[in-house]
Amino acid sequence: MSSELQVSVWRGAGEGRFVAYRVPRAVNQTVLDVVTYIQRKLDPSLAYRYACRVGMCGTCAMTVNGVARWTCRTHVSKVVRDDALEIAPLSNLPVIRDLATDMRGFFDKWAKAHGQFRGTKSRDDFAKIRPDDRQRTEIDAGIECIGCAVCYASCDVVTWRPDFLGPAALNRAWTLVNDARDVEQRERLRAVAGDAGCHACHTQASCTERCPKHLEPTRAIAGLKLMTAREAVRGRL
Amino acid sequence: MSAATQARLWYAQRVSAMVLALCVLVHLATLIYATRHGLTAAAILGRTRGSGLAALFYAIFVIACAVHVPIGLAKVFEEWLRWRGRIMAAVSLAIGAVILFLGMRAVYAVVIG
Amino acid sequence: MMRRNDFRARGHPSYWTFVVHRVSGIALAIFLPLHFLALSLALQGAGALDRFLKFTDLPLVKVSEWLLVTLLGLHLMGGIRLLLIEFGPWRGLRKGWIAAGGALGIVAGLAYALALIGPTP
Repeated sequence: MSSELQVSVWRGAGEGRFVAYRVPRAVNQTVLDVVTYIQRKLDPSLAYRYACRVGMCGTCAMTVNGVARWTCRTHVSKVVRDDALEIAPLSNLPVIRDLATDMRGFFDKWAKAHGQFRGTKSRDDFAKIRPDDRQRTEIDAGIECIGCAVCYASCDVVTWRPDFLGPAALNRAWTLVNDARDVEQRERLRAVAGDAGCHACHTQASCTERCPKHLEPTRAIAGLKLMTAREAVRGRL
Repeated sequence: MSAATQARLWYAQRVSAMVLALCVLVHLATLIYATRHGLTAAAILGRTRGSGLAALFYAIFVIACAVHVPIGLAKVFEEWLRWRGRIMAAVSLAIGAVILFLGMRAVYAVVIG
Repeated sequence: MMRRNDFRARGHPSYWTFVVHRVSGIALAIFLPLHFLALSLALQGAGALDRFLKFTDLPLVKVSEWLLVTLLGLHLMGGIRLLLIEFGPWRGLRKGWIAAGGALGIVAGLAYALALIGPTP
């Protein structure tokens, strides 16, 4: 292992380019450590985001050597090639500046997919759902999403179709579609059907490959495809 | 095009895919066998001419193609060529019509002639 | 301004399967009307069809035919994988199917190639 990394970092707002930095290598160094070193020691004007730095919040997601990752959980030793690293902001999101992207569109699509729970019951009259209930099991498989946008940034359909809701929003919609307590199911199914919704997915599965929490948006989208198509064919959509 | 229509088109494409899966398996086996035993007009037409089974099989095959191909190509037009809306729908419909017409004509040619 | 992904983000089997499926679909879609036109030569009598079949004896045509049969086999296997993912119980990305399906598609092409170049029984 050489003592120095050649790090190429995307800089710029409207237009941008890669700028080279030399960063000393350290044992157990993460890509977030590298970015933080650059901003603190080499160029304080570098814009980037992080929060928990322990793999819980998803804020530090960036494109490392072309692949979307959580930089706090990406060891340099795992991804470095010929002592070089390329760090860029997440794809498919407008770049505010340098490594920081505008996440509003991502969360707007979450809302468009009816990604919020709507119930009518109270604590005096609550639904009794068994934990091994089939639908509950489906929900559990996808509920841990923290909205980091790695899947969204990895998806080519998001790139090709600007109105495609994307894997995270659809995954969340699937967890709610399976929630027996939710009362907005018809509106939700309508929102996630069609070419802006689940039917545009081509099972490229980059979302499932890249999700840092090992969720499977492809699974959720497959479930939505069949459910919404059946409702549409029955004229109930 | 409403989301419900898009959902129905997806479903039609998948159902036609299931039909085609069976047709293609049969067809692959047939064409490997036929090519092995010599491909002449007489050999082909000897098997298809006057055969009700061939007519039915290939007619179903053609209809499934006429549904499956345009819907699939429409996705390519939208995503790789950025065609949207009416133009894309019109071209896809035309492709479906062409496949249906040429396909049925080919079935007629080899069964009745 | 948005950054887009390049080939490095696409370096995994499910993505390659998508590319093969789409490219093979496009190729077959172009081939299909030509196939129908060729068969329709039978309308002009067996002789017309035979003259066309003679043309298909050209090596370039035989290679193209082999390629199309292989693409058909690959499109079929990839399609069955998608039907399993979308209509069947969830068993992951069916990566076994990518391998097996790819192999079977190629085998179909090879069987056809053998039929093309082998001696007539």
